[in-house]
Amino acid sequence: MTTVASDSAPKVQKRRFRLGVLGPLIALALLLILGTALNGNFLTFANMANIVARASFIGIIAIGATFVITSGGLDLSVGSMAAFTAGMIIIIINALAPTLGTGIEVIAVGILAGLLIGSASGACNGILVTAGRIEPFIVTLGALGIFRALITFLANGGTLNLNFEVGWAYEPVYTGDILGIPVPIIVFFAIAIVAEVVLRRTTFGRHVAAIGSNEQVARYSAINVDRVRLLTYILQGLMVGVAAALYVPKFGSANSSTAVLWELQAIAAVIIGGTMLKGGFGRIWGTVVGVVILELIGNILNLQSLISPYLNQAFQGAIIILAVLLQRTRTNQR
Amino acid sequence: MSSDTDNAAAPILAAGRVSKSFGEVPVLFSIDFDVRPGEVHAVIGENGAGKSTLIKILSGFEQPTSGIVSFEGRQIVLPPNGQAEALGIVLIHQEFNLAEHLTVMDSIFLGREITRYGFVDVAATRARAQELLDTLHVAVDPTMRIRELTIAEKQMIEIAKAVSRDARVLIMDEPTAVLSAAETETLFEQIRRLTAKGVAVIFISHKLDEVLALSDRVTVLRDGQLIATVESSALTSESAAQMMVGRELSNLYPPKNEPDVDAPIVLDVRNLTTEEVTDVSFHLRKGEILGFAGLIGSGRTGVAEAVAALTHRQSGTIEVNGRPTHFSSVAQSVKAGIAYMTKDRKGKGLLTNMGLKPNLTLLTLDQHLKWLLVDPASEARALDRAVRRFDIRARDASVRAEQLSGGNQQKLMLGKTMESEPDIILMDEPTRGIDVGTKQQIYHIVAALAAQGKSILLVSSELQEIIGLSHRVMVMRGGRIAGELSGDDINEEQIVRYQMGITNRNAA
Repeated sequence: MTTVASDSAPKVQKRRFRLGVLGPLIALALLLILGTALNGNFLTFANMANIVARASFIGIIAIGATFVITSGGLDLSVGSMAAFTAGMIIIIINALAPTLGTGIEVIAVGILAGLLIGSASGACNGILVTAGRIEPFIVTLGALGIFRALITFLANGGTLNLNFEVGWAYEPVYTGDILGIPVPIIVFFAIAIVAEVVLRRTTFGRHVAAIGSNEQVARYSAINVDRVRLLTYILQGLMVGVAAALYVPKFGSANSSTAVLWELQAIAAVIIGGTMLKGGFGRIWGTVVGVVILELIGNILNLQSLISPYLNQAFQGAIIILAVLLQRTRTNQR
Repeated sequence: MSSDTDNAAAPILAAGRVSKSFGEVPVLFSIDFDVRPGEVHAVIGENGAGKSTLIKILSGFEQPTSGIVSFEGRQIVLPPNGQAEALGIVLIHQEFNLAEHLTVMDSIFLGREITRYGFVDVAATRARAQELLDTLHVAVDPTMRIRELTIAEKQMIEIAKAVSRDARVLIMDEPTAVLSAAETETLFEQIRRLTAKGVAVIFISHKLDEVLALSDRVTVLRDGQLIATVESSALTSESAAQMMVGRELSNLYPPKNEPDVDAPIVLDVRNLTTEEVTDVSFHLRKGEILGFAGLIGSGRTGVAEAVAALTHRQSGTIEVNGRPTHFSSVAQSVKAGIAYMTKDRKGKGLLTNMGLKPNLTLLTLDQHLKWLLVDPASEARALDRAVRRFDIRARDASVRAEQLSGGNQQKLMLGKTMESEPDIILMDEPTRGIDVGTKQQIYHIVAALAAQGKSILLVSSELQEIIGLSHRVMVMRGGRIAGELSGDDINEEQIVRYQMGITNRNAA
């Protein structure tokens, strides 16, 4: 009884968390079976690649959201921030195209600008939350309104269109593939792998979870709580920038209805994946599974005729509520 | 308000041979206690003597493990969670139960709103509240918000609430702890008015002069035992203090190895002032255990947290190894070899939902990096070491901190603190709420650390612990150093004198 196994075989934990660990995977399997039953072409590589590629925008944003939520924060502004950033990328590229040409240079500048604008937007949220001591809910709800208004303003109520020739050169960033795997999927998975390592194996990741678990303990353990919190929001902004840089070549335009309700989907994916909404525990792979689950639901709704596909977001809303309910039940069982 | 003073001699509320254990830890042993209508009965004793447990049993917040409680001469099982208020037994907690944003009148009638046609009758509520406050001579407007009141006024509102519930037994846990002398006098007038109407009052206080001034009888508890119940008129502050303390040291404590008189001073604090403490000066030598005694809220934690840079230092100097320090973050104080071990294990010490390893290494994660990544094998080795060194007992390494017993949580926290290899360890209540066996282990660890040349600042509310371990003792009172004791002067009488302010009659 005195010994503590050093190889840390998590016997107890496995039993206790089995539902929590396997829940998202079981849901994923059930959806795949259901989809296959509805349509024989469902479980083909082409369809799956298509689904995951479309999930990649939300997925990349949700990876950032996993950090924010694990630290006990929240970012509601990611959808309108993505629209704003996409709009800014288009404006910058269009403005520079006459001088830089319509080739790779202007695209690189546009992408870089997108990453910077996203990070800066996230930093604004983070500074207000940490230095301003304002509830993240209020800060990011306000930012949601501001960014949405800005994109509408920048587009003058209409639509911002990417320079046609640049659009042609930029398009492969979304439609292209490497060894048959679409570029957005590669970006999505690469970010997911790095993020999982960062969250699990770096001091930053450990501090993020510690702050979400108990901010006081973190402070008493010599962790710079404000700095770590700020970094999670900047990281979230950077991820929004990446998503926007992938979004622009897909549609070549941005307007006031771009990326509407992405925050709902991103937060839903994080929670479905098993990250605790109140912070203290998060996992990137869960978020990735969560995003794919959401996309599968939308896809399956389109495959059948019993339930209107217009109800897609109602399902997402219901799932996020259900997932939090399950989290609470699990916590209470301890 | 009740006015049945017909049978003044018969107790209204009594406990007969009441014992209480929390799990395996006994805290009260066969206590007899009673209070009569119109009487003020004070309960005194050191921290941890069982006073709070006794009044919780008398108000239904805890059920006795054995023994009986009787009300108006009949044996009764008091309903839990304050429902005993319906019987007229009201406990006023140390932390008030008032919603800060409500008005005074809404607070008084909270849960029993005066309604008409299903709506709150504002006019009637206000009139009734005004009437009540007038009877109690409380000069507070019933429409004011609770947050606008002073602490003393809030306390009066709590009493008004109790009175409006026809309290027949009013139990107060250290009601004067946060009051000024004038406010205390107003409170006492209030209590006298209530007792004149036949209300029985039980109150806990650490201020012995107050106890003697106000109460009719005094019950003294020590280590969960009933020492005596005596008429207040038969007591002096001195004799009461002696009854509270006065035990022999047991062999719980390892032998003291006093540091050399010329051992270097590793920590020198001069005129330290923060929000909680005023003009505190002391020094700590290499290999020394310096005890910090004092009542709860006397500023001991404030001193430790200021030294560790957890709180802002308003003025004063702190020198570590002869060099002045200006830490702007906890990380810097850790780097300088200072570690603070909090008394609040679950609130500030451990991440309860996480495992042993992340808790142990949280302070020193940078030491476990390999190629910029946390190396689980290195963490596992650290846990192995800490488990052996501090005898942490867990079912296996994967349990979460919250699943450990209090004693093992404390050892884990000790392990975490020692991971940073500090030279100066600030230990705040290192044995709070743990069993006596683990206490003994921790005492020996503390003594061993000092013998290795570590310097220890030991904050404790248990006098025995302070006396049994410390080479020198600072006693705090009201945010200031009230006195310093060393050698044979380190005894309970001396400490209690300083912390009660008996040597300083002018203090409140």
